[in-house]
Amino acid sequence: MRANCWMGTNQVEVQDVPDPKILNPRDAIVRITSTAICGSDLHLYDGYIPTMERGDILGHEFMGEVVEVGSGAASKLSVGDRVVVPFPIACGACLACQRGQYSVCENTNPNAPLAEKMFGFPTAGIFGYSHLTGGYAGGQAEYARVPFADVGPLKIENDLSDEQVLFLSDILPTGYMGAEMCDIKPGDVVAVWGAGPVGQFAIASAYLLGAERVIAIDHVEYRLAMARDKAGAETINFEDTDVNQALKEMTGGRGPDACIDAVGMEAQHGSGVIEAYDRVKQAVRSETDRPHVLRQAITSCRNGGVVSVIGVYGGFVDKFPMGSLMNRSITIRSGQCHVHKYMRPLLEHIEAGRLDPTFIITHRLPLDQAPNGYETFKHKEEECVKVVLKPGSTASTDGSR
Amino acid sequence: MDATASTTINAPAHTIYETWCRFDQLPQFMYHLETVTPLDDRRSHWVAKAPAGTTVEWNAEIVDEVPDTRLAWRSVEGSEISNAGEVRFEPAPGDRGTEIHVALSYTAPAGALGTAVAKLFGEEPNQQLRDDLRRFKQLIETGEIARSDGSPAGTRARNKTDQEAAQPAENVDQEAMA
Repeated sequence: MRANCWMGTNQVEVQDVPDPKILNPRDAIVRITSTAICGSDLHLYDGYIPTMERGDILGHEFMGEVVEVGSGAASKLSVGDRVVVPFPIACGACLACQRGQYSVCENTNPNAPLAEKMFGFPTAGIFGYSHLTGGYAGGQAEYARVPFADVGPLKIENDLSDEQVLFLSDILPTGYMGAEMCDIKPGDVVAVWGAGPVGQFAIASAYLLGAERVIAIDHVEYRLAMARDKAGAETINFEDTDVNQALKEMTGGRGPDACIDAVGMEAQHGSGVIEAYDRVKQAVRSETDRPHVLRQAITSCRNGGVVSVIGVYGGFVDKFPMGSLMNRSITIRSGQCHVHKYMRPLLEHIEAGRLDPTFIITHRLPLDQAPNGYETFKHKEEECVKVVLKPGSTASTDGSR
Repeated sequence: MDATASTTINAPAHTIYETWCRFDQLPQFMYHLETVTPLDDRRSHWVAKAPAGTTVEWNAEIVDEVPDTRLAWRSVEGSEISNAGEVRFEPAPGDRGTEIHVALSYTAPAGALGTAVAKLFGEEPNQQLRDDLRRFKQLIETGEIARSDGSPAGTRARNKTDQEAAQPAENVDQEAMA
């Protein structure tokens, strides 16, 4: 089959690789009909996530048709089912899963000892996202092996298009969980850093959960325009505006009730000296992440408010404003999304027309053009917000499935 | 050589105890073992993997057996390798399942055999035993051992610096998975 493989920093290649096989009874094989490039794939592309191997198949946002089912998943899935696959792999049986904390499933990361060394405890396995999260082949491919297929995949049993449901795999639930962690109450003002795909969905979700106003912060004008026009946010461009000051003025001096970091470890910002400090430390790996957004979200949040972190961090941060957090009673909440918990309720929102996630899609490419997709997305060319890849839109000639 | 490890499994002590007592199944998750063959109610024959495709063998007997609570065994008098093991099962608080506490101890004799025994567990005996318990937990809670393209044999600390690329293998080596 054809698959998009990580070949080193800033290098991906669509290659011919062996087709996946069932390895365990609860596996299924899915023929992928739509898959997407995630902002967090750019952290891999940029070389900031450790434990990548040359040849790793990327991709953790995918959906398709079930073509083979192991005996242990046959009670829940059949050949021909149309499914969206959540990016964390979860067993459904451990204490974490039973609490709904699927992204920290205790059983699905075969490289748990590695993750344990890095994080203290391991996380769940994730498709196509380094060997720290298990070394699972990803879904930017024609086929994928899906472990615990009786637990994860969500069946789509109506005529919604791929594009309407694809983002249930990651970014829509991730944005939603970011807003849910804000514990939104009537009258709340929510600030969202990052107007990328997850930020856009965090804005839409904050409104869905009853926010009075949502303010988006970014420096890419076309993304801020999308946040205004499609998601309904007010916007701040941090290139020409002092964010802390502007947020105070926009909230009558109170500060936002909740702040969502939808940026993570590769933040860019206007303050030259601190940014230079973070860039140098990240370059020599004495700090893995550039936590500018996190610092700003904490210092601009109202007293007693919530900071919700859904942007991805990989390791360690410096100059963390612990004093501001502690003395002002800020609550910080975070996590890789527990996608399984949110897929069905969000599907219902889509079915009822309360959410239409298709507005973020700017690029549709055949899988074979994935490398162009990464470049366009990374450099924000052609006003790129979201790239959807279509496997099989160029014919496979080798006769493999 | 001593090793200890613990884990919590989301299942009743009885289920876990019964599974552990099937000694012939131990090699499924204890990767340093090749086979364990029950000889009678109390005695069993153990074959462990040693370097360069060789094996070391001994007979063991159960020395303490408190159903759903404790199981202890040790090699019989006169074995080349003197060793002992104990596993305790304790209810975890607040409906969190069952805590498993395992302790293994091997006394390596002098000479080549001693070197082989030392290599059974490598430099991190606790880590290897933790991996054994991780796989045991996976078997009890999910019925299978989690396998990925990068780690087709499942959790194995010594493979952590020696990963396959995360893409499907042409032929899955069933032998390597066992």
